[in-house]
Amino acid sequence: MTDIPNTFNLDGEPIRFEPGETILQAALKAGHFIPHLCFSPEFKPHGSCKLCIVVVNNRTGSSCAMKALPGLEVQSDTPDLNHRRRTLLQMLFVEGNHFCPGCEKSGNCKLQALAYDLEMFNDHFTHFFQPREVDASHPDFFLDRNRCINCELCVRASRDVDGKDVFGLAGRGRNSHLVVNSPSGKLGDSTFAKGDKAAEVCPVGALLPKGQGFKKPIGARLYDNAPISQSFGVKEEV
Amino acid sequence: MTEAIVEPEILEPIIARFNGDPGNLLQILIEAQNALDWLSPATQGFIARSLDLPVTRVAKVVQFYTHLYDTPRGKYRVLFSHNITDRMAGSPALMAHMLKRLKLKRGVVSEDGLVSVGKTSCTGMCDQGPAILVNNRAITKLTLRRIDEICDLIRAKAPLANWPAHYFRVEDNIERADMLLGSAYAPGEALRAAIACGPTGMMAEMRKSNLRGRGGAGFTTAVKWEACRDAPGDERYIVCNADEGEPGTFKDRVLLQSFSERVFEGMAIAGYVTGARKGLVYLRGEYTYLRAPLEAKLSEMRRNRLLGMSICGVPGFDFDIVIHMGAGAYVCGEETALIESLEGKPGHPRIRPPFPVTCGYKNKPTVVNNVETLCKVTEVALHGGLAYAGTGTRQSAGTKIISVSGDVERPGLYEYPFGVRVSQVLEDAGAYDAIAVQISGAAGQCLTPQEFGRRIAFEDVPTSGSFMVFGNNRDLFEAALNYAHFFEHESCGFCTPCRVGSALVARIMEKIHSGHGARYEFNELTRISQLMSTSSHCGLGSAATNALQDIMKKFPTAFDRRLIKRDFEPGFDLDAALARAREVSARDDANAHLDAHLAEGADA
Repeated sequence: MTDIPNTFNLDGEPIRFEPGETILQAALKAGHFIPHLCFSPEFKPHGSCKLCIVVVNNRTGSSCAMKALPGLEVQSDTPDLNHRRRTLLQMLFVEGNHFCPGCEKSGNCKLQALAYDLEMFNDHFTHFFQPREVDASHPDFFLDRNRCINCELCVRASRDVDGKDVFGLAGRGRNSHLVVNSPSGKLGDSTFAKGDKAAEVCPVGALLPKGQGFKKPIGARLYDNAPISQSFGVKEEV
Repeated sequence: MTEAIVEPEILEPIIARFNGDPGNLLQILIEAQNALDWLSPATQGFIARSLDLPVTRVAKVVQFYTHLYDTPRGKYRVLFSHNITDRMAGSPALMAHMLKRLKLKRGVVSEDGLVSVGKTSCTGMCDQGPAILVNNRAITKLTLRRIDEICDLIRAKAPLANWPAHYFRVEDNIERADMLLGSAYAPGEALRAAIACGPTGMMAEMRKSNLRGRGGAGFTTAVKWEACRDAPGDERYIVCNADEGEPGTFKDRVLLQSFSERVFEGMAIAGYVTGARKGLVYLRGEYTYLRAPLEAKLSEMRRNRLLGMSICGVPGFDFDIVIHMGAGAYVCGEETALIESLEGKPGHPRIRPPFPVTCGYKNKPTVVNNVETLCKVTEVALHGGLAYAGTGTRQSAGTKIISVSGDVERPGLYEYPFGVRVSQVLEDAGAYDAIAVQISGAAGQCLTPQEFGRRIAFEDVPTSGSFMVFGNNRDLFEAALNYAHFFEHESCGFCTPCRVGSALVARIMEKIHSGHGARYEFNELTRISQLMSTSSHCGLGSAATNALQDIMKKFPTAFDRRLIKRDFEPGFDLDAALARAREVSARDDANAHLDAHLAEGADA
């Protein structure tokens, strides 16, 4: 029996992987960027945002959920896939209410950073303008559902790391929205605390620390100087 | 009207009956609502505390299933089936009539808290529509007169149990019977035949039969069973998918109503072959009326030792079946969403692999089979795999039940050997002026008369059984709009392309419908369809625009005659937006209208 090397090809480049790793995990570890929003190396793959789609054997799949196998030919950085990703971003932008110019998260926001990186120049679709509830009841954090993209990272962090189960995604279809586990449904009445893992995982500005504002000026932020495709391992300073 | 007071004396026995098991959360919520009419925050809190769950877990489930209510919806909750066949049979006029009689707005509960009237996805009564559900009980063949009677009963606050029994009669309408619908059946015969073969022998018969799943995808049943049997695990499950939600399908309803022992015996045989000892039937909420007779049938089979311990006296052959109810979610027909729902969660499809055969219900090896597939298992047991494979076509063995509805003289069930031509079905059902047939529901394909020579089979036109016929006075755009609304409503919301895409498609279709759509919108539909079909998480999203794309390609005039000739027009009516200003200023002369100015501008 011959040893099959644990490598697959990503856009023609060989990527080494440990058995059991997904395509996205292996690619990021090897320093190759595949756009993603609902994935974080610290949590179980979720596969809902679909930004990390790749094509393997003519079939599209989420690279965060597909196991890496020896010899796979994986396409990621292609005009077709980037076009699809751009459309997905536009969909997220029109579904929620994203006001980048006035948003404290601007420059540190993965949604915005990906939109720049994938050259999304406009929202394209008609905005939904859905009313979304803002919750400022917590002393240390805002919960602004206008910016929520349903990635469930806070849900997973609170459940799996903090052991608190503060968040849940309720509703169906485009009525899906974040709910808070407290008698009033308010964040301030929940067990959520600023040291929680859930407090640091939001890729957008839906869970935003109070008292920070524009302490770090626009221009000096995470994605201001290097696009997300080159700075994806770096963490935002809080 | 129910107040938001917790009623422990009502809730506690329900929770106890389900052993306080969080896995039964959906079942507990359904029963709680049956007793209390809605699920108040207090009720949800009480159930969460009793099951030791975060209240978000309860809220997630309540808000996911359309037939669970977190706001009061009245003592009588009337839902009109919104399927295109019900609409073609006149349901919009009937609903308008009812709303007028009860002085109601759609979806708004009456001031005295007595009644609400709304819409719901296909209720599976397409052969005897228009149909409604009243507190989840189906009433068929509605007429204006019947609506008036129902309004009177509601106003008189007559308990549903006292309404005339014939309202609730659901006919089988078997128009053409073959192997399954037409053969005599002795209870226990199939089980005994399977036992005579032994588990390995029966599996061999299944392989020879080449039986393929009847839910639509057509996966070979024996392969599924083998994978489940061979997967490591201390427990295995057989799940019967009775979430028949594909618009226009109603065959499973008839099989469960009049052939249920075959379904249950098929499940027991699957248990015998794979080593599973427990079976679950996931019955859609719209078929709640079938629950009691199915429970009675299960009891009868237990008495006759066709279920329970040592079935047919065979030591170690233990198998029993429980029924779980759904609560209005089409996506739960997808097998992994169905399993999530069985576990008491919202029906979000799982990431696959792993597949249910290795990691299904409670993460144990699980076979999920369609109702009709399980009936076919009894045929394989009785007649052997080779005999079974002798009918139908090379890749599609056996017979197939087709649910025919729409513009035909004789709607109902038609069972044929696979390979039957569409034209044959049309002729038998009395469709004389068909311009289109929508096969396999809103997620299937739309066939034109040029394609009526095609055959129903996995190698040509595969189908879960839905066969909706459109006569020559029908506008296929209306059907496409209906499907767009259907998918917008039924998308589970998990993945971006389906959640946002289905909503965008519905909006664009509405814009075209209102006369403001241009070629631009038409092209947008194709663009969004391409993304949804290639990039969605599950089959719902990837098939959601199949019918729409078919209609756009094959019936271009249905769209063309609605498209404006300009390149683009905004989705809102500028002149209509001035109506309020005209009202305030008490003006309605030509100069108070935008059109006049635009026309002037054009002249200049």
